[in-house]
Amino acid sequence: MKIEARTIGDVTVLDCSGKITLGEGTMTVRNTVRDILKANGKKIILNLADVNYIDSSGIGELVSTYTTVTSNSGQLKLLNLTKKIQELLAITKLLTVFQVFENEQAALASFR
Amino acid sequence: MKIIANEIDVIISSALDNLDLIQTLTDCITSFMCFDEDSAHWIGMSVREAVTNAVQHGNKLDLSKKVDICFEVSPDQLSISVKDQGNGFRVEELPNPLDRANLLKPSGRGIFYIRTFMDEVEFRSLSQGGMEVHMVKRIPSN
Repeated sequence: MKIEARTIGDVTVLDCSGKITLGEGTMTVRNTVRDILKANGKKIILNLADVNYIDSSGIGELVSTYTTVTSNSGQLKLLNLTKKIQELLAITKLLTVFQVFENEQAALASFR
Repeated sequence: MKIIANEIDVIISSALDNLDLIQTLTDCITSFMCFDEDSAHWIGMSVREAVTNAVQHGNKLDLSKKVDICFEVSPDQLSISVKDQGNGFRVEELPNPLDRANLLKPSGRGIFYIRTFMDEVEFRSLSQGGMEVHMVKRIPSN
Protein backbone atom coordinates (compact mmCIF):
# COMPACT_ATOMS: atom_id res chain seq x y z
CA MET A 1 0.00 0.00 0.00
CA LYS A 2 1.20 3.49 -0.83
CA ILE A 3 0.08 6.94 0.31
CA GLU A 4 1.08 10.22 -1.30
CA ALA A 5 0.21 13.39 0.59
CA ARG A 6 -0.72 16.69 -1.03
CA THR A 7 -1.43 19.93 0.81
CA ILE A 8 -4.07 22.28 -0.54
CA GLY A 9 -4.38 25.28 1.77
CA ASP A 10 -4.91 23.80 5.22
CA VAL A 11 -6.26 20.52 3.87
CA THR A 12 -4.13 17.38 3.47
CA VAL A 13 -5.23 15.08 0.67
CA LEU A 14 -3.93 11.53 1.01
CA ASP A 15 -3.91 9.68 -2.31
CA CYS A 16 -4.03 6.02 -1.31
CA SER A 17 -3.25 3.17 -3.67
CA GLY A 18 -2.96 -0.59 -3.42
CA LYS A 19 -4.42 -2.77 -0.69
CA ILE A 20 -5.65 -1.74 2.74
CA THR A 21 -5.55 -5.05 4.56
CA LEU A 22 -4.53 -6.30 7.99
CA GLY A 23 -0.87 -5.56 8.65
CA GLU A 24 1.18 -3.25 6.49
CA GLY A 25 -1.77 -1.55 4.76
CA THR A 26 -3.63 -0.64 7.93
CA MET A 27 -0.40 0.48 9.65
CA THR A 28 0.47 2.77 6.74
CA VAL A 29 -2.86 4.59 7.04
CA ARG A 30 -2.60 4.81 10.83
CA ASN A 31 0.98 6.13 10.85
CA THR A 32 0.39 8.66 8.08
CA VAL A 33 -2.66 10.14 9.77
CA ARG A 34 -0.90 10.13 13.16
CA ASP A 35 1.96 12.16 11.63
CA ILE A 36 -0.47 14.70 10.16
CA LEU A 37 -2.20 15.13 13.52
CA LYS A 38 1.19 15.53 15.22
CA ALA A 39 1.99 18.33 12.77
CA ASN A 40 -1.32 19.92 13.79
CA GLY A 41 -3.14 19.04 10.56
CA LYS A 42 -6.87 18.99 11.23
CA LYS A 43 -8.47 18.64 7.81
CA ILE A 44 -7.83 15.38 6.01
CA ILE A 45 -9.23 13.86 2.83
CA LEU A 46 -8.59 10.17 2.12
CA ASN A 47 -8.69 9.66 -1.64
CA LEU A 48 -9.45 5.96 -2.13
CA ALA A 49 -9.76 5.95 -5.94
CA ASP A 50 -6.77 3.66 -6.45
CA VAL A 51 -7.40 1.30 -3.54
CA ASN A 52 -7.98 -1.95 -5.36
CA TYR A 53 -8.62 -4.13 -2.33
CA ILE A 54 -9.78 -3.66 1.24
CA ASP A 55 -10.72 -6.19 3.92
CA SER A 56 -12.66 -5.83 7.17
CA SER A 57 -9.48 -4.73 8.95
CA GLY A 58 -9.05 -1.99 6.34
CA ILE A 59 -12.65 -0.86 6.89
CA GLY A 60 -11.94 -0.96 10.63
CA GLU A 61 -8.86 1.18 10.07
CA LEU A 62 -10.97 3.81 8.27
CA VAL A 63 -13.31 3.84 11.28
CA SER A 64 -10.41 4.02 13.69
CA THR A 65 -8.83 6.84 11.71
CA TYR A 66 -12.13 8.72 11.72
CA THR A 67 -12.47 8.45 15.52
CA THR A 68 -8.82 9.43 16.05
CA VAL A 69 -9.12 12.50 13.83
CA THR A 70 -12.43 13.67 15.30
CA SER A 71 -11.21 13.15 18.86
CA ASN A 72 -8.30 15.47 17.96
CA SER A 73 -10.81 18.14 16.86
CA GLY A 74 -10.11 17.36 13.21
CA GLN A 75 -12.25 16.35 10.26
CA LEU A 76 -11.81 13.35 7.96
CA LYS A 77 -13.63 12.99 4.65
CA LEU A 78 -13.56 10.18 2.12
CA LEU A 79 -13.13 10.81 -1.60
CA ASN A 80 -13.66 8.59 -4.66
CA LEU A 81 -14.88 5.38 -3.09
CA THR A 82 -14.63 2.38 -5.37
CA LYS A 83 -17.85 0.44 -5.90
CA LYS A 84 -16.66 -2.32 -3.60
CA ILE A 85 -15.59 -0.01 -0.75
CA GLN A 86 -18.92 1.81 -1.09
CA GLU A 87 -20.75 -1.52 -0.77
CA LEU A 88 -18.73 -2.59 2.28
CA LEU A 89 -19.43 0.75 3.99
CA ALA A 90 -23.11 0.70 3.03
CA ILE A 91 -23.93 -2.76 4.37
CA THR A 92 -22.27 -1.98 7.70
CA LYS A 93 -24.12 1.36 7.94
CA LEU A 94 -20.84 3.28 7.84
CA LEU A 95 -22.02 5.57 5.06
CA THR A 96 -24.06 7.19 7.83
CA VAL A 97 -20.80 7.94 9.67
CA PHE A 98 -18.47 9.22 6.96
CA GLN A 99 -18.82 12.25 4.76
CA VAL A 100 -18.20 10.92 1.26
CA PHE A 101 -17.44 12.86 -1.94
CA GLU A 102 -17.03 11.92 -5.59
CA ASN A 103 -15.30 15.16 -6.50
CA GLU A 104 -12.19 16.66 -4.90
CA GLN A 105 -13.34 20.26 -5.30
CA ALA A 106 -16.57 19.48 -3.44
CA ALA A 107 -14.61 17.69 -0.72
CA LEU A 108 -12.28 20.70 -0.32
CA ALA A 109 -15.21 23.14 -0.33
CA SER A 110 -16.93 21.17 2.45
CA PHE A 111 -14.25 22.32 4.93
CA ARG A 112 -15.04 26.00 4.37
CA MET B 1 -15.57 -26.26 -19.48
CA LYS B 2 -16.98 -29.15 -17.50
CA ILE B 3 -16.04 -29.07 -13.84
CA ILE B 4 -15.46 -32.39 -12.15
CA ALA B 5 -15.81 -32.63 -8.38
CA ASN B 6 -12.45 -31.98 -6.82
CA GLU B 7 -10.94 -31.23 -3.43
CA ILE B 8 -8.00 -28.97 -2.70
CA ASP B 9 -6.65 -29.06 0.84
CA VAL B 10 -4.03 -26.57 2.04
CA ILE B 11 -2.50 -26.41 5.51
CA ILE B 12 -0.70 -23.23 6.55
CA SER B 13 1.07 -22.06 9.66
CA SER B 14 -0.53 -19.16 11.54
CA ALA B 15 1.30 -16.30 9.85
CA LEU B 16 -0.44 -13.28 8.34
CA ASP B 17 1.98 -13.50 5.40
CA ASN B 18 0.05 -16.57 4.26
CA LEU B 19 -3.14 -14.58 3.69
CA ASP B 20 -2.08 -13.35 0.25
CA LEU B 21 -1.19 -16.92 -0.76
CA ILE B 22 -4.65 -18.20 0.18
CA GLN B 23 -6.26 -15.21 -1.51
CA THR B 24 -4.36 -15.96 -4.74
CA LEU B 25 -5.32 -19.64 -4.58
CA THR B 26 -8.98 -18.69 -4.02
CA ASP B 27 -8.87 -16.31 -6.98
CA CYS B 28 -7.47 -19.11 -9.18
CA ILE B 29 -10.23 -21.50 -8.11
CA THR B 30 -13.07 -19.01 -8.63
CA SER B 31 -11.63 -18.07 -12.03
CA PHE B 32 -11.43 -21.76 -12.98
CA MET B 33 -15.07 -22.16 -11.91
CA CYS B 34 -16.09 -19.13 -14.01
CA PHE B 35 -17.67 -17.14 -11.19
CA ASP B 36 -18.48 -13.59 -12.28
CA GLU B 37 -16.03 -10.89 -11.21
CA ASP B 38 -18.07 -9.58 -8.28
CA SER B 39 -18.83 -13.04 -6.86
CA ALA B 40 -15.17 -14.02 -7.21
CA HIS B 41 -14.13 -10.87 -5.34
CA TRP B 42 -16.54 -11.49 -2.46
CA ILE B 43 -15.65 -15.19 -2.21
CA GLY B 44 -11.97 -14.21 -2.05
CA MET B 45 -12.71 -11.67 0.66
CA SER B 46 -14.83 -14.15 2.66
CA VAL B 47 -12.07 -16.76 2.59
CA ARG B 48 -9.51 -14.13 3.56
CA GLU B 49 -11.71 -13.02 6.50
CA ALA B 50 -12.20 -16.61 7.70
CA VAL B 51 -8.47 -17.38 7.46
CA THR B 52 -7.58 -14.07 9.15
CA ASN B 53 -9.88 -14.97 12.06
CA ALA B 54 -8.38 -18.46 12.28
CA VAL B 55 -4.79 -17.18 12.24
CA GLN B 56 -5.26 -14.12 14.42
CA HIS B 57 -8.08 -14.87 16.84
CA GLY B 58 -8.19 -18.70 16.76
CA ASN B 59 -4.53 -19.65 16.72
CA LYS B 60 -3.38 -16.28 18.09
CA LEU B 61 -0.52 -16.09 15.56
CA ASP B 62 1.12 -19.16 17.13
CA LEU B 63 3.27 -20.47 14.26
CA SER B 64 3.17 -24.01 15.66
CA LYS B 65 -0.62 -24.08 15.16
CA LYS B 66 -2.05 -24.78 11.73
CA VAL B 67 -5.01 -23.59 9.72
CA ASP B 68 -6.55 -26.15 7.36
CA ILE B 69 -8.32 -24.69 4.34
CA CYS B 70 -10.24 -27.14 2.18
CA PHE B 71 -11.90 -26.14 -1.11
CA GLU B 72 -14.47 -28.54 -2.54
CA VAL B 73 -15.12 -27.76 -6.17
CA SER B 74 -18.27 -29.20 -7.68
CA PRO B 75 -20.23 -28.38 -10.83
CA ASP B 76 -22.80 -26.25 -9.05
CA GLN B 77 -20.99 -24.78 -6.04
CA LEU B 78 -17.78 -24.04 -4.19
CA SER B 79 -17.58 -25.16 -0.55
CA ILE B 80 -14.78 -23.93 1.65
CA SER B 81 -13.93 -25.08 5.13
CA VAL B 82 -11.45 -23.25 7.37
CA LYS B 83 -10.35 -25.03 10.55
CA ASP B 84 -8.14 -23.65 13.29
CA GLN B 85 -6.62 -25.09 16.47
CA GLY B 86 -7.73 -22.37 18.85
CA ASN B 87 -10.16 -22.30 21.75
CA GLY B 88 -13.25 -21.66 19.63
CA PHE B 89 -15.95 -19.08 20.23
CA ARG B 90 -19.72 -18.87 20.49
CA VAL B 91 -20.90 -17.23 17.32
CA GLU B 92 -24.19 -16.17 18.91
CA GLU B 93 -22.24 -14.07 21.41
CA LEU B 94 -20.52 -11.95 18.77
CA PRO B 95 -21.63 -8.31 18.91
CA ASN B 96 -23.80 -7.10 16.03
CA PRO B 97 -21.67 -4.58 14.06
CA LEU B 98 -24.85 -2.80 12.92
CA ASP B 99 -25.90 -1.85 16.46
CA ARG B 100 -25.47 1.87 16.95
CA ALA B 101 -23.17 1.23 19.93
CA ASN B 102 -20.84 -0.86 17.73
CA LEU B 103 -20.74 1.29 14.58
CA LEU B 104 -17.48 3.01 15.53
CA LYS B 105 -15.70 -0.09 16.76
CA PRO B 106 -12.59 -0.85 14.70
CA SER B 107 -13.24 -4.60 14.53
CA GLY B 108 -16.06 -7.12 14.48
CA ARG B 109 -17.20 -6.93 10.84
CA GLY B 110 -15.40 -9.91 9.26
CA ILE B 111 -18.00 -12.58 10.04
CA PHE B 112 -20.80 -10.18 9.11
CA TYR B 113 -19.21 -9.76 5.66
CA ILE B 114 -18.80 -13.54 5.25
CA ARG B 115 -22.48 -14.06 6.06
CA THR B 116 -23.47 -11.31 3.64
CA PHE B 117 -21.51 -12.55 0.65
CA MET B 118 -21.72 -16.35 0.93
CA ASP B 119 -24.89 -18.42 0.37
CA GLU B 120 -24.39 -20.68 3.38
CA VAL B 121 -22.20 -20.20 6.44
CA GLU B 122 -21.90 -22.54 9.42
CA PHE B 123 -19.68 -22.45 12.49
CA ARG B 124 -18.80 -25.72 14.19
CA SER B 125 -16.76 -26.50 17.29
CA LEU B 126 -14.36 -29.33 16.50
CA SER B 127 -14.22 -32.33 18.84
CA GLN B 128 -10.40 -32.17 18.90
CA GLY B 129 -10.56 -28.45 19.77
CA GLY B 130 -10.67 -25.49 17.46
CA MET B 131 -13.32 -24.07 15.22
CA GLU B 132 -14.47 -24.72 11.69
CA VAL B 133 -16.11 -22.19 9.42
CA HIS B 134 -17.88 -23.88 6.52
CA MET B 135 -19.17 -21.71 3.70
CA VAL B 136 -20.77 -22.32 0.34
CA LYS B 137 -21.18 -20.20 -2.79
CA ARG B 138 -23.45 -21.58 -5.48
CA ILE B 139 -22.89 -20.94 -9.16
CA PRO B 140 -25.99 -19.14 -10.46
CA SER B 141 -27.88 -21.29 -12.96
CA ASN B 142 -28.42 -19.64 -16.35
